[in-house]
Amino acid sequence: MNLTLKVWRQRHANDTGTIETYEAKSIPEEASFLEMLDIVNEQIVESGDEPIHFDHDCREGICGSCSLTINGVPHSREKGITTCQVHMRKFSDGDTIWIEPFRGKAFPVVRDLVVDRSAFDRIVAAGGYISVRTGSAEDANSLPVSKDHADASFDAAACIGCGACVAACKNASAMLFVGAKAAHLNLLPQGQPEKDKRVLAMVRKMDEEGFGNCTNQYECEAVCPKEISADVIAKLNRDYAVAATKEAFT
Amino acid sequence: MNALTKAISQFWQSSIGKKLVVAITGAILVGFLIAHVGGNMLIFAGREAMNDYAYFLHHFLHGAGIWIFRAILLGAFVLHIAATIALTKQNRAAKAESYEHEATNIASKSSRIMIWSGLTVLAFVVFHIFHFTVRVDPELAGMKEPSGRHDVWGMVIVGFQKPLVVLFYFVGISLLCSHLSHGIASIFQTLGWRSRSSSDAINKLGLAISIVLWLGFLSIPLAASVAGFGTDQLEATVTDVAETAPEKH
Repeated sequence: MNLTLKVWRQRHANDTGTIETYEAKSIPEEASFLEMLDIVNEQIVESGDEPIHFDHDCREGICGSCSLTINGVPHSREKGITTCQVHMRKFSDGDTIWIEPFRGKAFPVVRDLVVDRSAFDRIVAAGGYISVRTGSAEDANSLPVSKDHADASFDAAACIGCGACVAACKNASAMLFVGAKAAHLNLLPQGQPEKDKRVLAMVRKMDEEGFGNCTNQYECEAVCPKEISADVIAKLNRDYAVAATKEAFT
Repeated sequence: MNALTKAISQFWQSSIGKKLVVAITGAILVGFLIAHVGGNMLIFAGREAMNDYAYFLHHFLHGAGIWIFRAILLGAFVLHIAATIALTKQNRAAKAESYEHEATNIASKSSRIMIWSGLTVLAFVVFHIFHFTVRVDPELAGMKEPSGRHDVWGMVIVGFQKPLVVLFYFVGISLLCSHLSHGIASIFQTLGWRSRSSSDAINKLGLAISIVLWLGFLSIPLAASVAGFGTDQLEATVTDVAETAPEKH
């Protein structure tokens, strides 16, 4: 299939950047989206130009490295998958495809389609952990966890930190990510002692990093490759209200 | 700065703190709107029912009740607007660069125009207060019942005889209900009371309240202007403005 690509090109972080047009010719429909970009990059390199820079690693939807906004939607309109799992058979011959970086002030563009998502690491470093030494795995029945909480915690823990939630949100809000990381621990017995401290620290770090606010439009939930529910945002709101109230009166 | 002041300041500065303020004040304002539309329906019960209700509101707790109520509403309104404007500014800064090729997945049109529908409603509320509460129009201010009591019922019917006024009420109420169709469900999410299993019911509740309010509020200007409701009963009590000084309750 032959395609027209409209790709964001930006030489460095301080460059203004622009959309450039590329003709992607003879792309096999069995190719993945990233393989299509590899083919186009080979053609660009052969012509002596700089290839299109983009993030990728595992190429099987588990690492959270790939980060393209395809036709205005992070990871494309396909539900529950990452960019690397998008295949060219989902497009038609002659299509024009817009490829842009994940947008958000807290995700500055490094080059072309590569953005710096280390703000997520700093949020996790602020409270997304349990600081006590847990030792080796104990007997499964010694610390009871209800099935509902175990399932909800596991669902939240599926977050791969790709940042699609921020990229899809018109406010570049990181609430789905922070909600998932906080809920993952706050739902388990091991996470209880530091629950309030964790929520306050992670939310404050999130604000400090320049992410926007949630306006309950659930665009994040719609694009999340791990289909994490906005329930984690409701829980984060609830946990924050409780933690902030306790902090005010202690 | 003591611990409590510091905590309140941190609460306001945080994204979730301001959103909780928006949700709680929004819930107060929605509660007021439901009571308001219920009271308004007395228009259709006739002059005496409406004017008795207005008299009760103005004399509840020896006249202090309405001012307590107004102070709470004004506080909620000001906090709601201040928090949403602050949030909107932060949100625009957080998404300084938008996509060349924009796309929307599931966000409703109403949810995407919240700040604009909200600011239009603000303009509408200011007009509405000058129209029926402050009563800047001497014709409306001077309407009396034979007993000398202010004729709220007659004032409303007369107030809706101007097509431009009815049009502005139509636009204002429609945008208010658009605002609520997203806002009511958002209250539940922000307060942490929404889940995937209850989201459908909450969305439907928000939409149902919005539609009932839209029908209820607009039924009055449309009945008075288009259907001519009550216009045949006006002559009996419209007092000559020059003879009676405006008296506000």
